[in-house]
Formats: sequence, structure tokens, C-alpha cells
Amino acid sequence: MDETISSLSRIELKIIPFLGKSIEEIITLSGLDRTTVLRAMKFLENKKILEMKLEKRKIVSLGVNGIYYKKNHLPERRLLHLVESRNHIPLKEAEKESGLSSNEFKVSLGVLKRKGFIELKNGKISLSAPKEEIIKKFPEESLIEILPIEESKLDSGQKKAMESLKNRKEILELTDEKIISYELTPKGKELAGKEIKSDLLEEVTPEMIKTGIKGKKFRKYDILAPVPRIYGGKKHFVNQSIEYAKKIWLELGFEEMSGPLTDSSFWIFDALFTAQDHPAREMQDSFFIKNMKSKLPDKKIVSRVKTAHEKGIDGSEGWQYLWSEKEAEKILLRTHTTSLSARTLAGLDLKKLPVKFFSIGKVFRNETIDWSHGIEFYQSEGIVVDEKANFSHLLGYLKEFYRKMGYEKIRFRPSFFAYTEPSVEIEAYHPERKIWFELGGAGIFRPEVVSPLLGKAIPVLAWGQGFDRIIMDFYKIKDLRELYSNNIKKLREIRAWTK
Amino acid sequence: MATIKYSRKEIEKCITLTKDNLDKISMFGTPVESLSQNELEIEIFPNRADLIPIQGFIRAINAFLGKETGLKRYKVNKPKKDYKLVINQNVKPIRPHVACCIVRNLKLSEDKIKEIIYLQEKMHATLGKNRKKLAIGIYPLDKIKLPISYESMAPSEIKFIPLDYDKELTGQQILKRHPVGRAYAHLLDKNNRFPVFRDAENKILSLVPIINSQTAGKVTEETKNIFVECSGYDLNVLNKTINIISTSFADMGGEIWQMRIEDAKKRFSPELSPKKKTISLEKTNKLLGLNIKEKELSSLLARMGHEYKKGSVFIPAWRADILHENDLIEEVAIAYGYENFNPIMPSISTTGKEERQSVIARKISEILSGLGLLEISTLHLIKEAEAEKAGIKKPILLEESKTEYKILRPNLFIPLLRTLSENTDAEYPQKVFEMGKVFETNDSESGMGEKTSLIIALTPGNFTEAKQHLDYLFKEINLSYSLKEHTSPGLIEGRTGQILFENKPIGLIGEIHPNTLNSWRLKMPLAVIEISFEEIFNKI
Repeated sequence: MDETISSLSRIELKIIPFLGKSIEEIITLSGLDRTTVLRAMKFLENKKILEMKLEKRKIVSLGVNGIYYKKNHLPERRLLHLVESRNHIPLKEAEKESGLSSNEFKVSLGVLKRKGFIELKNGKISLSAPKEEIIKKFPEESLIEILPIEESKLDSGQKKAMESLKNRKEILELTDEKIISYELTPKGKELAGKEIKSDLLEEVTPEMIKTGIKGKKFRKYDILAPVPRIYGGKKHFVNQSIEYAKKIWLELGFEEMSGPLTDSSFWIFDALFTAQDHPAREMQDSFFIKNMKSKLPDKKIVSRVKTAHEKGIDGSEGWQYLWSEKEAEKILLRTHTTSLSARTLAGLDLKKLPVKFFSIGKVFRNETIDWSHGIEFYQSEGIVVDEKANFSHLLGYLKEFYRKMGYEKIRFRPSFFAYTEPSVEIEAYHPERKIWFELGGAGIFRPEVVSPLLGKAIPVLAWGQGFDRIIMDFYKIKDLRELYSNNIKKLREIRAWTK
Repeated sequence: MATIKYSRKEIEKCITLTKDNLDKISMFGTPVESLSQNELEIEIFPNRADLIPIQGFIRAINAFLGKETGLKRYKVNKPKKDYKLVINQNVKPIRPHVACCIVRNLKLSEDKIKEIIYLQEKMHATLGKNRKKLAIGIYPLDKIKLPISYESMAPSEIKFIPLDYDKELTGQQILKRHPVGRAYAHLLDKNNRFPVFRDAENKILSLVPIINSQTAGKVTEETKNIFVECSGYDLNVLNKTINIISTSFADMGGEIWQMRIEDAKKRFSPELSPKKKTISLEKTNKLLGLNIKEKELSSLLARMGHEYKKGSVFIPAWRADILHENDLIEEVAIAYGYENFNPIMPSISTTGKEERQSVIARKISEILSGLGLLEISTLHLIKEAEAEKAGIKKPILLEESKTEYKILRPNLFIPLLRTLSENTDAEYPQKVFEMGKVFETNDSESGMGEKTSLIIALTPGNFTEAKQHLDYLFKEINLSYSLKEHTSPGLIEGRTGQILFENKPIGLIGEIHPNTLNSWRLKMPLAVIEISFEEIFNKI
């Protein structure tokens, strides 16, 4: 018992004399606030002095509309009054004169018809029940008057009235009320009501530091007791992972590029040798902006891109169709960050080669949203412009980046993109799931892309991989929607990116 | 990208599906999706329509595995006297081009017919853009009187019994009543004349690109000789398609016969002679980072179905994807095997450099997280109902969206309110921030403007707390701002300020009006700061 007493905090000691009384009484008698009292009792429970009891009760009370209706009658009563005074009133007039909103009016009509008070004939509302029936209170009206009340205390008629009101807009509000009580343990009974004097020390005070504690002892804490949670401010976990990836590219000597999220089809598709009838250019696949068109860049570049598409450039046959400027002027939310690579190439000074660029940015697709599809996601993009660059280097850069991202075992297989040749798909081995999964595409830009933009066909290593899968893999998230759901509870709980 | 299913039985007649061979199939550029008892399913990239027919796939894989390498040649018979297709100029404005062929001595079974229909459907769905770009028709030759004409007719004059129907319909009736007609009506219904094939007795063979005739356009197990046509807009694509199909029929055991096409320019179809392109060994080695010899180059190209001769490559006529020497170099790389490359990190000395704006954005988020704020990351699109609620006058709309998100966000305030309203069950106080792009229209090159904006929200929170945050932030970035009294819809009058930087308005600070909070179903007082960072970025 002494050990128990020596571990009691000052607050707990303040409560002990009143143990046995109701919680409300303890609050008044101790002069402490409710939270403090409950917290202290929780600690007393840990010390096996008492046991807390939690009981849940459903309380039915009035919602915003309910409060209003209680004062001004339910809409169905108001409509009934109107029909009473003007039997056979046309529907439209009734709606106008009742002063009800169209939704209230519709609901009221339905309610009164179901109750058999009115009928609708030839667009007119007529009474169909005797006066003495009509003036009786509806069960719903009686219910509204007695609220708030505990749900379990309602009789069957009142329950029925509650059910019918529950489905209507904000008439009722159902809340859970927690009733807390406690019982004393035998140990508690022994202690209860006692005034315990303790000469144990509580918090360290500046006074103690100055004068010392003169042989006194500190009260023992229950260091195993749980403490209330605190939450720190932090960066969004997606942004944490992006910062990490950025750091890798920077360490590898890449310069960051940035540019618009909304861009012309010219930069998103045409400059990347994507034929104008390519499926990605259709309305149902990409987010085109209504009533907007972009001016095209420098005429020299536009005409070279046109040639690349129509007849080919630098030894290519091209796609052999009539290229349209109008199609290239359309604006959309970029479908890949490769538009930035195209813009970068067009503005590049050939004397400054070799150069290496990267970007990590949002891209957009017109999709329906489900666990594996989203409308926006991040892409990690990179280019290396170098006369001496080759396919083996491309694989080298990718391998190194993914190694730093934590994927030791990766493989490359052939793929296809309109703007690269050779093209490659990168797959990583998932040691837990024991499968290869796709990380993204890469390749060497086709001469049909480089030549019009740069004025010369130089090897340009290029890649653009979706980034979200890597984040999902690290955080063990299975549903893509969780990345941008901004669930504050989850954001507070999710751990830091620690790669 | 399309996935194609082949009959496992048919494949295994030529290729043993060991684990090793399945891996090799994936490493050929046709990733194996699944293998069941009856089917092998693979993915085909849009540049390799020649692999859609099972015959094309087997031909390519056999070469790749080293079984039958090199360029496969097919015998093409010169047209008989009446093997002729006359293109009437009146069809030119509607659907101008046709490529065609005749195949003789086929042995068709029920399975083969199913395979042909599957091939036709897959070609329509992929290369054909749902019959818009190209459509393929196959007819029993013995029910047709040659020569054939391709022409346009008034819809009311087109009368025949369409496939799987029991009575004669006119052109319009087919588009309205026949299930296939209804499905593809949009391809024709804007024209006042419809394209048809007719034989020498003026019998209509098909309404193009909708449906064949039941009497002259239905292939059965008894059919031995067929007429195949492919109509559309891009003659180049049509020719490749007819090459793909005719060689598949030849692999089935048929004989390919050419037809004479009388158009503005006379020509023969199909034309199966290989395309010639040059390849440089030096360039191949340079681009791939390899050091192979000419002999190896030749055998690698042979394993991709090509023939190499002294710097030239002869490319099969069914390949539509070889536009440039680099396409051939990729063929070499695939045959060499991507898994056999040695990834090299070159030592090019360049300096990493982060964009100034990213550096600042990163700093800002560090400052704000230090204040205990949680960063959120919302979508760049908002819903129509949200824009309406927020009183956005000129929303920037998308042409089409499959979700409710149809408008580019004009600020971060709307996504913030959505986020907070979805989180009323999370413990308060909630202190959040976001930095991101918002959109406006302006007079730039594209007419679109994008600005980086920052929002800070404190709930429950008041003006004083918001201003404390603003003060701290500006102190940290060593800039100063001033405030001016302001009114703004949704904010409480007398508790709203316009934030000025160098005397230019850059944002707002204030307490949100309870009516606004209620309309977003928010239950706690909210104070918000939103600042546009465009003017500030280069001053920090």
C-alpha cells in the first residue's frame, strides 16, 4: 500500500478524498476540470485503485432544419394547412404559395400522400381525409417536441417516426454519448475518503534547484503509463520521397528543368514525333483545355517538326501524312514531363555539350479513378545529351538511379515509344512478392525528335518513369488513391521517408 | 497497347513453350501476360501490328529463336486477266483508298474462321482505330463476278441483305437497324453518299466500313478462294495491312494473287518485295556501345527476319515500323539481347543544379513544418460544384473528363476547403499548408498562366494566429510585407487583409465566414493565408 501511495501524483491525491462519489461530484468538490479528473482516474485505474466503466448511448436530437421546423411547423403541416384552406389547389400554385423549397415541397407531397391525407388528380391537390384526422398531431411532430432523447427510450411508434425523419435533410442528429462511471477495487475502497498527506516531491522547481531537495524524495512515476499523442508538422510523404529522388539526380550531376503543367500539343506530342492520330491525342485519353489554343514556337522549329512528320528528316521516312498546325495548337495538361525535355532540347546551346537534365513533376491522364488508376501522378524524367552517349550508358544511368532508390535487381526488356529508338522498359525484382514489376520506359530519342529541335541528330538518352509505384512500394500502400487522399489522420501517422 | 491471345495448341506446333522460351518471347518485345491451358496471351506494342496474326508471331519468334532466320519470301502470283479493282473517283471524298489481294486454295476449318475473325477484330481495334482509319473485308471469291468496283452510292440505292440478317435493307436502314450498323453509324452518317464494293454484275458486296453482304460476303468452311480488301485514308498503312494479312493466309497454306488496281494511278496490290535500307556497322556499334563484327550484325538482323548484304538491309514488306536506320539498330539490340548489355556509368563531368524555385519551395516547407504544420498535396483539378460554391466566374474547363474533376484550380483555397471538409473526424487543431500551381487565363503565348501559390490554414484559428504565421514566414525569408484592409467573398469583413509585397497585392489573409464554413460542412473556425509566390521567388 505504501508503494501505491508513494506513486500517487498530486492530482490523484486531490481526488482520493472524494472517491466513491459520482464523477460530476468529484469535479465540483475537487475544483479540477473534467479532463484532469478523468485523466487522474485513468491513472488510478492503472494503479488498480478503481475500474472505469464506459457505456455508450445513442442520443437523438434536432438538426439544423429540425430546430427551424420545431418553431415553424414541419413542411408537410404547412402544406396541409394550405390545402385545407384551398382545397383542389393546382400543384404549381401550391408550390409557390406554400413558401417551401422545391425539395421540401416534393417530400411533403409524398409524406401526405402516404398518410392518405391528400390525393393528386389532374395536377390538383385535394384533401382525402376527414378534418378531425387532419388536425391530430403527426407522430413526427410529437417526436420533434420531446427531443433530445436517448434512442433506447423511444417506443415503437416514436421509432417509426424517427426512421421517417432520419432520411430527410438535417432534421435529426444522431450522436453517440459516452457515459463514464467507475467502481472501486478493494484497494480503492481502503483508500477512498482518506486525506493522504505526502511529503514526496512533484515537478522539479527553480526553487529546488537553488536550495536543493534536502534529503526529500521524488514521487515515483508510472513510466509505463501511456501518454497522450502529439503530432509534428511535416512534409507530405510524397514530397519527401521526391526530394530524395531529386537528391540522387543532383548527385549524379543532373540539372533540374521545369516548365508548364499545361502545354501545347506541339511540345507534348508533335515535337516528340507522336503522329497526330496517336490515341494519346484523343479527348478521352488526355485533359484538353476548352476554348484555348497556343501560339507555336519559332517558325524554323515548327517547319522542321512538320517535315519530320510528313516526309521524315535525317534519313527517316516520317509518318507520311499531312501535319496540321491547328492540331499542334491545342492545349492540354501534360501527359508526360517529356515535354520539358523537348523544350530543353530546343533551347540548348550545342557548344555546352555534354549536358544532363532531370525533372520530377506531375503528369495527367483522363482516367476513371480507382485503386490502380489516378488522374494525376508524378513522373521522373531525365535526358543526357552527348555526342558519345550510347545505349549501354542509358542502361548504366537507369541501373544506378534505381540502385540508389533501393532496387538492387533490375532488368531491361524491349519496349516501344513513339519518340525513342531503341526503347526499353525497366523492371525491378520485388524480393517479397517475388515478381518483376514495371518501373517505366526509357530509350534514345529518335533522330526525328532531336534533329528538328537541336538542328543536329545527336544521341539523347531519355527516360520518364512513373514515380508513384516506388512510393507505394516503400510505404506498402496498395491503393493509389491514398497517395493524394490527404487523410489528415493518416498523414499524421505515416512514417518519414527513410531511404 | 493491345493484348493478343493465341491458341496454345497452334503455337506449340511450332514453338515449345519452355520457361526459357517464354522468357525469350518477353525479351523479344512481346511480354508474356499469361499462359493458360488453352491460350498464350502476350502484349503487342502499337508498332508491331504484323505480330497480331498468329502466323506473324510464330514467324518472328521462330527467327528470333534461331530456327528459321532471315527474310522469309512469299510467292506472289501475277494477276489473272479479270483480277481487277476499279476505284471510282466519286468515292474519293468519303473513304479514298483501298489495298487488296486474292488468296486461292485455302483450307478453312471452323477454328481457322474464328482465328480470322479475331485477327480482323484486333486489327480494327488497334491499327484501324475502330474501323475509322482502316477496315478489312473478306469475301468468298467464287460468289463474286470479277472485276470489282469500289464506288460511292446514294444510301437509298444501296440495297442488300447484310450479314446475320434475314431481309434486304437500304444504306440508311443498315445504320439504323442492324446492330453492327448502329455501332459504326457515326463513321458514315455525315455523308450523303456511302462507299460500297460491287462486283461485275453490280451486286453489292459490302457497305464500307460497316458490313458485308450475306450472299456475297460470308466466308464458310467451304470457301477456298477469297478476295480481301482493306479500305481507309492512309494508303501506306493499307498496303502494310494487306501485306500482313496476305502473308498470314499464305502461311495458312493459301496462294497469294495480285490484283490490278485502277485508280488515278494504276498499280498492283499486294506488293511484297522487301524494302531496302542502309545500316552502318560503325554507327550501330557507336549507338549501342558494342563492338560487334559485320558477320554478327548480319546474323543478328537475320534473327529479326531481315537480310543483310554489304551495308544494306532487306526488310520484310509487312514491317511498318522501320522508318530510320535507328529502327534497324534497335532490331540489332533486341537480337543481341537487352540482358547481354553491360550497363556503363560514363564519367562525364557535369554539375548538378537544382531549380531556384524548387530550392525556395523546399525551404518554405521546412519553415512551415517547423511551425508544426502538416503539408497536404491536392489535385490540380476541382469539381464544377466546388467552383460554383466558391463563385468562380470564369472557370477554365476541360474538354472532357471521366470524373467529376472538370476544372483547373484557380487557387489552393478550394482544394483546401475540400480537404478540411473530408477530415472533420481528425483531431483538432488541424494546421496545414500546401504549395502548388494554380491556373489563370492571360495574354501569354498559350493564353494560360500558371502561378505558384502557398496556402496556410489554421483550424480552429483566428486572425492573430494567422498573422503570427505570416510574420514568422516573412522574417525567415528576410522579406517584408504590408497589409491593407480588404473585403473578399467568403471572408469576415473587418478581419480580412490584402497582403502587399512592394506595394503589389500578392495574397489574402483572414478569418473565413461561418456561412462559408457551413456550406463546406466545416465545424471549426478557420483562418487562412494564400499568397502567390511568383513576385517573391526572385527576391528571396
